[in-house]
Amino acid sequence: MDITVWFFITSGLFLGWSLGANHAVNVFGTAVVSKMVRFRVAAVIAGIFVILGAVFSGAGTTRTLTDLGSINALAGSFAVALAVGIAVTAMTKAQLPVSTSQAVIGAIIGWNLFTGSPTDQSSLSKVLFSWVASPLIAALFGFVLFKFVKRMLRKLNIHLLELDKYTRIGLIVVGALASYSLGANNIGNVMGMFASAPLFADLKVGGFFAVSGAQQLFFLGGLAIAVGIYSYGERVMTTVGKDLYKISPLTGLVVVSAEFLVLMLFTSETLEAFLISLRLPSFPLVPLSTTQAFIGAVIGVGLAKDPLSINFRVLGKIGIGWIVAPVGAGIITFFSLFFIQNVFEQKVIHPVPYEVTESVIERLRTSGIPTSTIDDLVGRRFDNKKIFKNELMSRTPFSSEQIFDIFQYSLVDSIRVDTALVLTRFDAGRLTEGQYQSIRLNHGATFRHKIDLERLVFDNQAAWSVTGNKLVDKQIADKKATLIRLFTIEQAAKIK
Amino acid sequence: MSVLFKKTKELESQIDEYLDSVIKGGLIFKIGIKCYLEGQTEEFENHLKELRKIEERADDLRRNIEIKLYARTLIPEARGDVLGLLESCDKVLNITTETLLEFSVEIPDIAKPLKQDFIELADSSISCLENTVSGIRSYFKNIDAVRDYVTKVQFYKKETNGIAERIKRTVFRSKKRHSYKIHIRYFTFHIERIAEHSEDVCDRLSIATIKRFE
Repeated sequence: MDITVWFFITSGLFLGWSLGANHAVNVFGTAVVSKMVRFRVAAVIAGIFVILGAVFSGAGTTRTLTDLGSINALAGSFAVALAVGIAVTAMTKAQLPVSTSQAVIGAIIGWNLFTGSPTDQSSLSKVLFSWVASPLIAALFGFVLFKFVKRMLRKLNIHLLELDKYTRIGLIVVGALASYSLGANNIGNVMGMFASAPLFADLKVGGFFAVSGAQQLFFLGGLAIAVGIYSYGERVMTTVGKDLYKISPLTGLVVVSAEFLVLMLFTSETLEAFLISLRLPSFPLVPLSTTQAFIGAVIGVGLAKDPLSINFRVLGKIGIGWIVAPVGAGIITFFSLFFIQNVFEQKVIHPVPYEVTESVIERLRTSGIPTSTIDDLVGRRFDNKKIFKNELMSRTPFSSEQIFDIFQYSLVDSIRVDTALVLTRFDAGRLTEGQYQSIRLNHGATFRHKIDLERLVFDNQAAWSVTGNKLVDKQIADKKATLIRLFTIEQAAKIK
Repeated sequence: MSVLFKKTKELESQIDEYLDSVIKGGLIFKIGIKCYLEGQTEEFENHLKELRKIEERADDLRRNIEIKLYARTLIPEARGDVLGLLESCDKVLNITTETLLEFSVEIPDIAKPLKQDFIELADSSISCLENTVSGIRSYFKNIDAVRDYVTKVQFYKKETNGIAERIKRTVFRSKKRHSYKIHIRYFTFHIERIAEHSEDVCDRLSIATIKRFE
């Protein structure tokens, strides 16, 4: 096993540790500051559930792994993880809760700037949207939930000691669930970039169940998060639970419940599918941050109880932290990449070729992107992102979104349609007869661009067309994305 | 989990038992005063003994409750208020015991026309105490009812003050010895203290109630 891989993995573990230290407040902060659960007990429960979530649900979250998928060199991933770890640790030191995912996006933008890669504008808008939407929605939920709980408790006349017991149990249960989801959703950020590196062999325990290499890696990442919670998690809790707003046990339970409810309703694809299958109206799925939802819920409950009790100066500091973390992660990434590449002579990006073809031009036209100035680029191949980007910009000052689309469509891949792969690696039962036939008819076809595959296999095919049914269309889109990745030779190995 | 539920129930019943002791103490005090005024010395002494036992038992219970609340870090937000309420309630029970003991030690000579006033004074003071205890019980289970009990306590406290004033006016306008007048005023003051302290407990109770949900 390559020792450098182990060296690179340390930055992932550091990121895991910093994530645990900063996010402990979101899961058990209210329980600890309201003195309902001792910190050590909370940290142990959180640690166990984070590891369980990382090992058993993290491996399935291939989507989060692709967040960092664009970074294709281990040294680049090292720099990104290190930068995010440093930014989040600095925020933890300043006792400010921040979103790790947003710091990751900031770091990726830093990587993009350094390598000349175009930035997906939707990632940026996700961050901006989350800054506003997460606290607002959670505050609204927190406010309404607190009023409701208060009214119900007055009607139910529960004994103070029993209420205390139920609140304690509620805080532990919600904290454990939130810890599980923390592990499941964030392990991709911590260890996702190392998932394709063959670090561990699959393990069979007593012949009963097998632990895959990825699961062992995620266990390591989960352990790092757990250590972060235990060793440094108490720090940020004070800011939120005492400085921002004095949290009582009951308000603490309302806060974490509101946070959990908001994240479940607005980010759970499973719940959305379930509601649609019952022909019930579903909530729109929006990218929300756990940390920001948590702070929003605290504010909402504070407003419902006593608006004057909220320390708006501390809130302002937290808000600044939300900007500083991603921006800082981006800047640190940029400079660390410079050092890694020029001082340590490590490859921070593997060159990816781009080629403009007739089909790319046609696709750009249908997307409304002017192509008159780049028509003559047809047939030219670029092995360097920066040169390709400069060539494009010298002809027309394309917007960031347009550049991103041109890069997406022009990316040269090695794609081969293979029914054997569908039968062995993809649950063929998930495909309709028409969908399977459209693949079978093109068995063996090879493509250099994804758009060519899409045009031949999916476009204008009744089995793959939009039905108008939200759930069915979503399933079709998911199947298409998985099949494209399966047929793309480099990525197929990553799909388990 | 069932152990946790059992322990909570245990503590709940201990708090109830403690409050029952305070109520019982108040009732015994009332009967004791009556016995004293009617010259039933033996019964009076028995009631005093019983009250002292109840007070001791209540002290033990209170300490036990306090230890459990702290050791198990229960109701962290309301713990200070609850302990304050139980302790101040205990103080009222102590006053009832001390007052009855003073009757036993000093054997005040209460003139016949004042006897009915003293019975009324004891009744009214103990009504204050009883309503205070009911208020505390409601604080645990039915918070909306606390206000009603607090209002009742305030009412009975005024009544008590009125009766005490009446006794003092009657005594000090009589031709009795000055030492007698001072002695009667002293006993009136002590019985009145039960109501005064009950009202203090209620003031704490009102604040604790606001803190619970507001």
